[in-house]
Amino acid sequence: MGPPIIDVQGVGKTFDSQAGSTEALREITLAVGPEEFVSIIGPSGCGKSTLVRIVGDLVEPSTGTVRVNGKSPRRARLDRDYGVVFQTPVLYDWRTTAENVRLPLELTGRPRADREARPSALLALVGLAAFRDHYPWQLSGGMQQRVAIARALALEPTILLMDEPFGALDEMTRERLNLELLHVWSETSATVLFVTHSIAEAVFLSTRVVVMTPRPGQVAAVVDIDLPRPRADATRTLPRFFDLVTTVRSSLRDGVRL
Amino acid sequence: MVWEGGKALFAIPAYKLPHVHEIFGDFLREGAGGERWAWIMAQNAGYTALESLVGFFLGGSAGFALAVLFAHSRLLERGFLPYVIASQTVPILAIAPMVVVWLGTGWVSKAVIAAYLTFFPVTINMLRGLRAVEPDALTLMRALAATPRQVFCRLRFPAALPYLFTALRISATVSVVGAIVGELPVGSRYGMGVVIINAAQYYNWRPANLWAAILVSALLGIVFYGAVGAVERRVVRWRPSPAAS
Repeated sequence: MGPPIIDVQGVGKTFDSQAGSTEALREITLAVGPEEFVSIIGPSGCGKSTLVRIVGDLVEPSTGTVRVNGKSPRRARLDRDYGVVFQTPVLYDWRTTAENVRLPLELTGRPRADREARPSALLALVGLAAFRDHYPWQLSGGMQQRVAIARALALEPTILLMDEPFGALDEMTRERLNLELLHVWSETSATVLFVTHSIAEAVFLSTRVVVMTPRPGQVAAVVDIDLPRPRADATRTLPRFFDLVTTVRSSLRDGVRL
Repeated sequence: MVWEGGKALFAIPAYKLPHVHEIFGDFLREGAGGERWAWIMAQNAGYTALESLVGFFLGGSAGFALAVLFAHSRLLERGFLPYVIASQTVPILAIAPMVVVWLGTGWVSKAVIAAYLTFFPVTINMLRGLRAVEPDALTLMRALAATPRQVFCRLRFPAALPYLFTALRISATVSVVGAIVGELPVGSRYGMGVVIINAAQYYNWRPANLWAAILVSALLGIVFYGAVGAVERRVVRWRPSPAAS
């Protein structure tokens, strides 16, 4: 593993409000290498979304430091090193599918040829080439989330931050999109930081799974996922898959006792 | 049918509620100058329409500008919004004569009065629309390192468009009312307001004339409303149905 793409050192976060202060994260240290796919899993309210948002310079940490591509997260954000996918698709209602994917290209003033060609290529990558002129309300939840992924890839980010992107989808759609995401990931060279509630999803997708404790979130365990690649539906039936799921599950349980 | 039925049922005399055929017949009657009333009404309605149109655009622009200003600064909003609200609690009938005194009895004063009524719904609705942006939609813009200008042009403004058009529908009808009210003070020579005042004076003698004037004024408001709706359907095309607004 080369130098880390994402280097999180002793990061903590406390939210202050009129109702008092809440410690969301405590002493998180985590290094993610190039082309890694790291999932963060933990109980609700453990601050895993906050952690991803700190890495993306969308939330300020209270303590600790973060380096991204050897830069501050702020610099990395201004350099457009990130692609972000949220739990909801956050598509703009007034834009067609292709126009939504084009948004990042417009903001950065990419040449016209690029703005026309790239959305089509990206929509083809996520299997929505035929829906480029549809409006978001005409698409299913799963399709909308695929558009969001295509948009996140528009500027060829080195880092993909995914905050429970499939959390609101049904199990079947989620499994299909897991496969598609791996396919998309293999076509890019992005490093992925992926937040999820689902143990199976984390194990299926990742090179490593970071298990967190309940609030204040700390790292309970890091589980290396040594499943063979490329992963396919058959991967889910391997004995090793079940072993790893069990390992992550017991780490989650230990985390609760911690 | 309901009109004539109600009239017959409750035995309402003609001076309270003229027959429908009398109202329509009034359009065919010749006025003092030898012109038919349909033509007289059309000319005055056109005059009022122009005043309303100018007022609508004036008020719409002012309302929009205020909304953008308030959306940018809570301080400005807290400082000036109370005055904006207060401006609408003063009866327009009290303000109209003053505006006419200041700006003369021509069309300018009427347009200004129309604008005075028009800007308020636009400010309130547009402000709400500019603020009604999903937090994650803003986070996305931040993640993409968008400039404030880009956030406004590509997120806040389009997101507020349905709100803006709801306001413009209200403003469309209100601008006509404003223009007519502006024509009521003494000295005005053209417009539906003048027709209405005159018809009211001779109401006992010829009640159908006032009813015809009301009909034309209402029609004018409906046409304005319909025009805004037509523009809205062209601009806001992303909704499954126009009923959503």
